[in-house]
Amino acid sequence: MSDLFLAYQALFAFVGINGLLALSVYATLSCGQLSLANAGFMAVGAYTAALITLHAPFVPFVFVLAAAALLPALVAVPLGLPVLRLRGVFLAIATIGFGEVVRLFFVNWDFTNGALGLVAIPQRTGLFTIAAALAVALFVLGRLWRSRAGYALEAIREDETAARTMGIRTTAYKLAMLSLGAALAGLAGGLEAHYTFMVAPGGYGFGRVVEMLVQAVVGGTAAFYGPVVGAAFLTVLPEVLREVGARLGLAPGPFRLFLNGAILLAVILYLPNGLVSLPARLRRKVLS
Amino acid sequence: MGQQVLNGIFVGSIYALFAVGYTLVFGVLDILNLAHQAVFMLAAFVALVLVENAHLPLVLALPAAVIAGGLIGLVLERLAFRPLRGRSDSNISGLISSLAVATILEAIALQFFGPDISRFPPGTFPDRMIQIGAASASLLQLCIIGISVLLMALLSFVMARTRLGRQLRAVAESPRAARILGIDVDRTIAVAFFLSSALGAAAGVLFGLAFNSISPDVGRGVELKGLAVIILGGMGSVPGAVVAGFALGLIEVFTVEHIGSSFRDVVSFAVLFLVLVARPRGLFGRAAAREA
Repeated sequence: MSDLFLAYQALFAFVGINGLLALSVYATLSCGQLSLANAGFMAVGAYTAALITLHAPFVPFVFVLAAAALLPALVAVPLGLPVLRLRGVFLAIATIGFGEVVRLFFVNWDFTNGALGLVAIPQRTGLFTIAAALAVALFVLGRLWRSRAGYALEAIREDETAARTMGIRTTAYKLAMLSLGAALAGLAGGLEAHYTFMVAPGGYGFGRVVEMLVQAVVGGTAAFYGPVVGAAFLTVLPEVLREVGARLGLAPGPFRLFLNGAILLAVILYLPNGLVSLPARLRRKVLS
Repeated sequence: MGQQVLNGIFVGSIYALFAVGYTLVFGVLDILNLAHQAVFMLAAFVALVLVENAHLPLVLALPAAVIAGGLIGLVLERLAFRPLRGRSDSNISGLISSLAVATILEAIALQFFGPDISRFPPGTFPDRMIQIGAASASLLQLCIIGISVLLMALLSFVMARTRLGRQLRAVAESPRAARILGIDVDRTIAVAFFLSSALGAAAGVLFGLAFNSISPDVGRGVELKGLAVIILGGMGSVPGAVVAGFALGLIEVFTVEHIGSSFRDVVSFAVLFLVLVARPRGLFGRAAAREA
């Protein structure tokens, strides 16, 4: 019984971490931009937090997490500033390589043990801390949604030229959201490092970005809570479907990857606003 | 020095071939096809299976894999791009849907070939060295340069001189005007995808032969290089992609020589980023990269 509880506790913890990551992708998507750098931001946050804990264990954990969020947010500014003045696809193009650069940096840095990464990081977080971090993130994004700034973001997403004509400072908004997304990814990285005891460059590859994106899009990016719904759904689903994959004779790795791709494609084609738009859609169907 | 230049041209020819296909779709549809690298990777595996399991000679396996790549491109267009056409957010959803297809293709490769490196059986290509002045190159390297240049020349000819090329350029200019003029826009876009993916597939097979190592994630690194090339060359510009491909190959070889091989992939990112900062429209790009 206690084993079962422990297993589910870990599952909930990962729902929380993945929820933060999905929100980090949502932050940029909410103004019509696709950032593929979030695994890199996550790595920066994870390494920052792990290094502080290992070399200065007296620093309170709240400050460690703050540093894990702040550093990626600062890194995002020089990365985003030149490309966010350009058309939408340019952010995707510039960020697609960023994660790889971060990965190479940590692979070649002896101070962090290269490809092996840092191990034996003390566990300083649990379900409660993760849930609290997610709650803070949801609070911030919830306040933003349907606020003046939130409407500005929506305007930028729908028609950037029109938004600029109306006096919205589009580049500043886009940069702020990229930075906010980077901070959330870094925070999630810091939490994960102190939950799983280790960080290694291999954990922050491109597959990780795809995972975040899938969760955000499946949940739905029209509402701030959508990505968390998606993260919860897709973190629990593979556990349920593992049996199915095994029956079909598929290895768990490829099966999970395939599932991610197929679900992402299906949702973007048939349910563009994600799972959270499903109730309203069904209601409309029943009434008509 | 001569040897370095030759190596740079050799690597550059593959990058150029990859990027030419990439930029073809970019130019026509104004959509970044993030599954291009997956077609590249899968085509290399197709060629491998044909050579190893079906015992086909390479001269047959290469065109077969190229056609297979083109067909994957047609499926890709049907699946990930056509349904989105006309949707207001098609730019960003096209990025996402192509990423989804890339993930599916990678999962397929991973399921059938495993995460480890696969190699062509020995003797797939005759092992001969040729001296050119002070530099030496293998017959394979020279053939790869030759095939790449030939394919790129063919594409330039098609784009500039044929009816199909004119249709492609018209659709790139304005799909609406092209439709009014009686061009079947959907068909033209499908053809662009076929050509683009076939070129990407050719690059994949040649890359697999050149380095004799194919794995499901082999396309990732090349994707970044391809992006650097199309940004440097100018979006949608085929001659730009050719020039920039060779340029990137040379830059990379000299960086590896003078700085070290661990930062090979950082070079492409640096090039990409510097161009975006200093001259977003690249060497040969004509349209401004800013939002209209």
